[in-house]
Amino acid sequence: MKIVLQGGRIADPSQGLEQVGDLVVEDGVISGVSAYRGASGDEVINVEGCVVCPGLIDMHVHLREPGYEYKEDIESGALAAAAGGFTAVCCMPNTNPPIDNPSVVEYILRRAKEKAYANVLPIVSLTKGMGQDQLSDIAELKAAGAVAVSDDAYPIQNAETMRRGMEYCSQFDLPLLTHNEDKTLTQGGAMNEGFVATVMGAPGIPAISEDIAAWRNILLSGLTGCRLHLLHISTAGTVEALRYAKSRNLPVSGETAPHYWTLTDKACEGYETNAKMNPPLRTRKDIEAIKAGLKDGSIDAIATDHAPHAINEKECEFDKAMFGIIGLETSLALANTHLVREGILSISDMIMRMSTAPARILGLRSGSLREGFPANVTVFDPDERWIVNPAELHSKSKNTPFAGKELYGKTRFTLLEGKLIDLRRG
Amino acid sequence: MRDLTGLEHTDAEDIRGILRTAHSFKDILSRPVKKVPALRGKSVILLFYEASTRTRTSFETAAKILSADAMNISVAQSSVVKGESLKDTLLTLQSLAADCIVMRHSSSGAAEFAAKVVDIPIVNAGDGRHEHPTQGLLDLYTIWEKRLKASELTEPTDTGAAGNVASPRFDFSGVTVSIVGDLAHSRVARSDVWGMVKLGAKVRWVGPKTLLPVEAERLPIEVHTDLHEGLKNADVVIVLRLQTERQEKGLLPSLREYSRVWGINENSLRDAKSGVLVMHPGPMNRGVEISSRVADGVPGAETVIERQVTNGVAVRMAVLYKLIGDNPVDQLSSEVDDKRIGE
Repeated sequence: MKIVLQGGRIADPSQGLEQVGDLVVEDGVISGVSAYRGASGDEVINVEGCVVCPGLIDMHVHLREPGYEYKEDIESGALAAAAGGFTAVCCMPNTNPPIDNPSVVEYILRRAKEKAYANVLPIVSLTKGMGQDQLSDIAELKAAGAVAVSDDAYPIQNAETMRRGMEYCSQFDLPLLTHNEDKTLTQGGAMNEGFVATVMGAPGIPAISEDIAAWRNILLSGLTGCRLHLLHISTAGTVEALRYAKSRNLPVSGETAPHYWTLTDKACEGYETNAKMNPPLRTRKDIEAIKAGLKDGSIDAIATDHAPHAINEKECEFDKAMFGIIGLETSLALANTHLVREGILSISDMIMRMSTAPARILGLRSGSLREGFPANVTVFDPDERWIVNPAELHSKSKNTPFAGKELYGKTRFTLLEGKLIDLRRG
Repeated sequence: MRDLTGLEHTDAEDIRGILRTAHSFKDILSRPVKKVPALRGKSVILLFYEASTRTRTSFETAAKILSADAMNISVAQSSVVKGESLKDTLLTLQSLAADCIVMRHSSSGAAEFAAKVVDIPIVNAGDGRHEHPTQGLLDLYTIWEKRLKASELTEPTDTGAAGNVASPRFDFSGVTVSIVGDLAHSRVARSDVWGMVKLGAKVRWVGPKTLLPVEAERLPIEVHTDLHEGLKNADVVIVLRLQTERQEKGLLPSLREYSRVWGINENSLRDAKSGVLVMHPGPMNRGVEISSRVADGVPGAETVIERQVTNGVAVRMAVLYKLIGDNPVDQLSSEVDDKRIGE
């Protein structure tokens, strides 16, 4: 079976490729790029005007299965991923039971294969039961299929536990993805500590709580040699910490999410629970630092922290509302609209941060259109204008602060190991 | 104005309108028969998620004087303890044909949330550390009554037009109000700031750094940690209640030290203007944030804490009337004077 994507703007930062041409896929594998209308095949799809790039990878999502299927499940999450242009998503371990033993890893991989809209790659909990002390069986989890280890949602507070966790992970060459939060500074917090929270009378989550934890984890990475990845960077201070780590050649990477370059804590005004997430929306100064970090490459990756919640978990008092927003179906458009169209990143830079870099951090054979790689490909129209309508999103949950926003850039389809996933044609 | 969730989003004219109405209502409180039919047939529900004696009783009294039916929902006995959401509780109360819900809740923003959920007016009786608008209004009314009423009600207008006697201006320019204490956790302090600044007063917040919210200096106020500076030439001192658990949370070393450095007593009041008005939203911790002597009244200062309580009833009558009264406020005099119920 030979598929030709004809006449697209092929962009592959893994090989510095940017040209209009045909991408040829044979039997689920990339077989190469040829000149425009230079290839023929069993199926020829005209993609003129669209960007053809390595399949996007979201290395930070919450798919809620097992345990919280009323919010999202692997099928609806993978569907949302495909609609958003992702061919792979990495799911966080805060499920019930948590992903802290091989049987849950196997369950997730099996469920993902049944409904294959996108690859689902499990991230496992650093500690058993997402607790604060006992390490999970990391070697067994890796053998079962874990791509990374994390303390997301339940950040390790004890520096000794984190040190031992890093030492242990480093033996198996698994990256440790840390949620950087010193909980002693954030108890009861609901939004960024600052003027807006002061006026709203909302308990604050200070930026320094993220910075302190990020610095601690970076210093421990230096001590242990563990590959460290900083999750959902929201502050100027953490961007600075990441720059320091890179200047010392420490094995540290970092990601941010679209809401951290598009929204500030002002979005919480009126007690808007769809603007409540952790880490919280910060300030204009933090947005500028995050954009600068994305531009100069200090921030390696863009992820979503896709966190579905049911209506009743958001339609309540602000301090009682759950943290988090969905992001899979708006991420590409928010990057394209606010980073590419505003001249902060080129299309290739954006794809680097949404595909090639995540693949490199996780050690995946993906994120590239090189010959012989699995044919995971995203095709999107960067000029298509659309308005976010939560009712039209594929995710089970609709908790997005971007409802009604006008964005540019929409997925046409993806190829998942050569299989056409075209949700727009049904 | 459909709801009263806070003074931040209430414009100056609405605030003055409520104060004017409160002024018209106030004399009812000193009549032998304290009842007018202004809200006859209206149902006011008092939904209190936090313990409160004075605010709840004040609202209840206000509703009853206006002949409304006031019903208390005691949260301990309601379905809330069975896990009912705030949204469902509010919708249920609305379906019971309530005309207005007066709500106190421990979550900041609960009143704004309630206003989005139901169509009937919501009166915020205190939400978390956000706002307590009727306390802000009664503080304004008390300051006006004690410091501005005499001049505003006798001054002739520039045009010589009649009627200013019935229509005070509520112009607070030239008044400096120092609010002292636990500002970080105070909903009273926030409502006071918005209301007082909108009507022209200068406001200062004075307290230890650990009890000041971050970036308070970006509010339209002066912020002081030094009590002497903060009280200098103040016309009014509002003393906030110090929750004793602040000490346990490590925000203060001891109540003794707090009282020595930030406590309001005869000595600290020397920095304020002679005859300074001393106010407190209650309940007081005598000997902590305010000395017992100042609470009872000392020479050189005028303590008006009980007056605040009385004015609270008048202000709450005005708020309820403005939100659910059938007649426009300018026809109020007929409600108050002509249809007195003489039983």
